[in-house]
Order: sequence, then C-alpha cells, then structure tokens
Amino acid sequence: MTTEVKTDSTTRAGLNDTVLARALLALRGKKLLIHLGLILFGLVMLYPLLWMISSSLKPEGLIFREQGLIPTSVTGQNFADGWNALSSPFSHYLLNSLIITGGAVLGNLTACSLAAYAFARMEFPLKRFWFALMLGSIMLPLQVVIVPQYILFKQLDWINTFYPLIVPKFLATDAFFVFLMVQFIRTLPRDLDEAARIDGAGHWRIFSRIIIPLSLPALATTAIFTFIWTWNDFLSQLIFLTDPDKHTVPVALRTFLDSTGQSAWGPMFAMSVLSLGPIFGFFLAGQKYLVRGVAITGLK
Amino acid sequence: MTGAQVRPRPEGAPPDSRRSASAQEADRARRRRRRREALTAYLFLAPWFGGLLFITAGPLLASLYLSFTDYSLIGGSDWIGLSNYTRMFTDDPRFLKALQNTTIYVFVSVPLQLAFALLLALLLDRGVRGLAIYRSVYYLPSLLGSSVAIAILWRKVFGDDGLVNHFLGLFGVDGRSWIGDPSTALGTLIVLNVWTFGSPMVIFLAGLRQIPASYYEAAGIDGAGRVRQFFHITVPLLTPIIFFNLILQLIGAFQSFTQAFVVSGGNGSPSDSTLFYTMYMYTKGFNSFEMGYASAMAWFLVVIIACLTALNFLMSKYWVFYSDN
Repeated sequence: MTTEVKTDSTTRAGLNDTVLARALLALRGKKLLIHLGLILFGLVMLYPLLWMISSSLKPEGLIFREQGLIPTSVTGQNFADGWNALSSPFSHYLLNSLIITGGAVLGNLTACSLAAYAFARMEFPLKRFWFALMLGSIMLPLQVVIVPQYILFKQLDWINTFYPLIVPKFLATDAFFVFLMVQFIRTLPRDLDEAARIDGAGHWRIFSRIIIPLSLPALATTAIFTFIWTWNDFLSQLIFLTDPDKHTVPVALRTFLDSTGQSAWGPMFAMSVLSLGPIFGFFLAGQKYLVRGVAITGLK
Repeated sequence: MTGAQVRPRPEGAPPDSRRSASAQEADRARRRRRRREALTAYLFLAPWFGGLLFITAGPLLASLYLSFTDYSLIGGSDWIGLSNYTRMFTDDPRFLKALQNTTIYVFVSVPLQLAFALLLALLLDRGVRGLAIYRSVYYLPSLLGSSVAIAILWRKVFGDDGLVNHFLGLFGVDGRSWIGDPSTALGTLIVLNVWTFGSPMVIFLAGLRQIPASYYEAAGIDGAGRVRQFFHITVPLLTPIIFFNLILQLIGAFQSFTQAFVVSGGNGSPSDSTLFYTMYMYTKGFNSFEMGYASAMAWFLVVIIACLTALNFLMSKYWVFYSDN
C-alpha cells in the first residue's frame, strides 16, 4: 500500500511521454517477472501437499506409477480403507484429538487471560520477578520437564487419561499466550478501567465486563494457535497416551505407519489429508489472527 | 516493561512530621486498598502459580535432581553424582552421534530457512499485488510442518518411488531412496525445516513495514540507489528482527522431534543418521526408562540453549542496530 507511493515517485517531473511509457513498460515487465517467480515458487512449495491430496484419491496401484496432480481415475476407497485400518475407526481418534484440543483451548483462554490481567493491570509485590519468570518459561523446552511430569502424572494415576494434556493448560503453562495477552491488554486505554472503578466496579468486574470483551482479537489468536499446536502435538501425546484406545490422530497415524509399513500408502495418505483438514480450516478462517499473532510474538 | 505501570492515582502527601489525623486515615485506607489489590492479583495468578509449581519450574528442578541419580521407573534411585554426565561424553557414542546430527541440522537449516524468509519478505514488501495470497501460501507449511501427516508425506516424497525421484527421472537422473541413504537422510529433514520458512517471513514482513517510507525517499533524493538503500537502510533497521528470528528458530530447531521420529521410524535409521537429540532422550527416558540419564540429557540441552542464547545476545552488540539508542 505504501509502496504504491514509492513507484509513483519515480514517474515524477520532467520526463516526456515516450520515455515515461517505456519506463512504465519496463517496470511492468519486471513486476510480471517477480509475479511469475513468486507463483512458481509457491507451486513448488505446495506441490507435495497437492500431490498427497491427489494421491489419496487415486486407486492403490496408480499412486506411484502416475505422478501427475490430476488423477485419471478417482476413488474413495483409500478413505474407506484408512478409516477402518486400525483397531478403532478413525472417528475414534478424531474424537480423542478433539476432546484434548477443546480442553486445551478452553484452559488457555481462561487461565492465560486471568494471569495476563494481573500482570497488565494490577500492582502486587514481586510483580517484576514473577513477570520475568513467566517470560523465562516461554523458552523452556518441554523435553526438560517431561520426565518429572511423567513421574508426577503416574503417581496421580493419570497416564492413559486426557488429564496430563488438558489440566496443565488450565494452569497457564503456555506462557506465550500470557505474554501475548499482557501485550494486548496494555494497549487498551486505562480510562475505561478508571471509569468503571469510579462506578464501583472491582477487578473481577473490570476483567470480565471490560477487558475480556475488548480482548477478543487476542483471545482468537490464542484459541487458534492452541488448537493448531495441540492438534499437531505429538511428543506429549505419545508419552502420556500408550493405550491404543486413548490414541489421538497423530499417534494413530504413526501406529498406522508402523503397522502396515510400506504397503498401504493410499489409505495412509487419505488419513493424513483428513488429519490436516481441521488445521487447514482454522488457517482459512483465522488468517488475520494468525498473521497478527506471528507478527506480535513470533509464534510458530 | 513493568516500570511503565505507574498508576495515575495521586501518590501520598509529601513526608511531613506533623500530619493530620485525616491524612493518616487516608494513608491507612490506601495501604488497605493496596493489600486487597495484591490479594486479588494473587488470586488471578493462582492457576499460573499452580502451573509453576507442578508443571514448569517444579519439574525443572526435579529433573536437575534426577540428573544426578540413576532413577528408573522400574528400579530404585541412587545418587550417582556426575556419572550420567560423564557417561554422555565418554561412554555413549550414540549420544555424541545424536548431538552431532542435531548440531548439523540446526546450523544448516536455520540459516537457510532465514535466508528464504528474508528474501521472500523483501520481494513481497515491494507492494506486490496479491500480497495476502502469497503470504498465506508461503505461511501454510509453517502450520503443517510439525505434524505427523507431513512427516509421513516427506517419507514418500523423498522415498524410492517418490516425487523427487520422479522429477529427477524427467531429466534422466537416477534417483535413490533419499530417506534410506545415511548420507542424505538428514538432508531431507533439513529441507523440511527450510520448507517452514513462512513464520519468520511473516515476522520479517511486519518488521519491514515498520521502516518509515520517508527514509527511502530521503535516500533516493540524495541519490542512493536501490542497492545502497538496501544495505544502508533496510539491513540495519531489520537487524533486531533478524536477531529475534535467529534465536527463536535456533531454539526451536534444537528441540525438533516429530519429523525425525516419524521419518526414521522412531530409531534414527538409517544407521543413526537421523537420530536427533530429543529422540535419543525420549528413547532413554521412555523406552528403557533410564529417567536419570534422560534428565541429564535434558539439562545438557538447557545448557546448550542457554549458552546459544547468551552468545547471541553478546554478539548482538556488534551487529544488531537499535534505532532508539
């Protein structure tokens, strides 16, 4: 948008019409070239994805013989086979993933916004210390704490339940989102709080009636990222859910890969495509929030 | 950051030895109010404190303790001092192999990834029409890249009869199983990480937008060409963003797990060429349940990440340019 102005400035002053026309033509040629390059590169990037989708629709024998994107014959057989390839129908794993993801989203929304409000709007002893600790924990690798977590959850008899994957989210352990929301709440005008306080509102009321409704963009970013991360998460689901009945989509896919090995690529591609569906949906629906979230905090 | 949190409420009366009763009363009321606010704040933070105790800081310290023991879920737990750490470096070639693989992976894939991100951000920043579409297309792999489904796909793209070989076949080049060959398997994972350059690209784009257009106009009037403008305006003003992306991606790459795990079938094959640090840690901790040893590896990872971050910050003095000082 701002660059439109930039290109205009090159046309300024003292040029006769033919020179101007030639310059514009050259400029357009260059732009066209850039577009061509960008489109080509985008196609190369997306090609593996498109190939997987198209392969999932091809009959088993054709997948690797015919590498083109448009299948010569289309079949739903791979989806039917993949759906029933494991000990439970695939819907079971989708449901497990959905429960965990939903719980995680709910947990992050409530716990992170509560903590963020305290950091952004309240005064309390040791605030700077706790805030620094919170920032530090953003960089903490999961792998470092997962062994003691496992021991703890084993003591609680939580292995092979969804608790280890949901309860931590209700304890605001995804510090990214606390930080994201602190940053967002700080941009909201304090006059609103002050006005409410003069009217006799306490912190809880200010939080729930003013800050939360105004923070919807930040909450949306949190929800979308939590969904995508939890949906993709593999390591902790692999560790905490060993019972096949409790498996989630990523763990089930991996079991699928191991059990039928190299023989069932069509059905496996079909289920892989299916597993990416929800992420793709959120991506389309929430692009604005995704891009903003990445730009603000540098999330994945 | 927290320093800016000064309340607009008027602060107390100047210190005066003769204070009226009403001023003292107001003082006490203020203190009471402050105490109540602190109490409420700690209530708002209660879940977070729970998480700190049980999920993050607590387990962090617990794993430090465990790293000095031979704790395993099956057996008991004895204090063995630094034995785990010495074992890692003197008595465990697989660990060293994993460390080596991961180091190569990180230091090859992250610079490449950032180079792509920066290049594409620069191309897109020039007011290209359809910016939003391009940005979305390039960003999509970042969202999908860490999933099991993509790792499965990668296994096939770089497999024997996969996409890459088919493409090479068009030019008469003989393919091979890139995944199955120990000399190229790690390379396929590097390509996968480079493929997810979209998220640093979006950060670069946001950074480029912060650079005032007037700088370029002024430089243009002074006769500076595109190249000079790039090296004297864009690059210096973008260094904080490059720095930020670098730290973020380095740390992330060191922890990468899923792709290597799925592509190699969980054991780092072929011949440990894709055995990643975190994968080996997982194997030790959750397959053979040597949790003390796994904790020592975890803490060494913390040390690596901390050192990398510190080093980056130290070096940043020499190349990162902050316009506000």
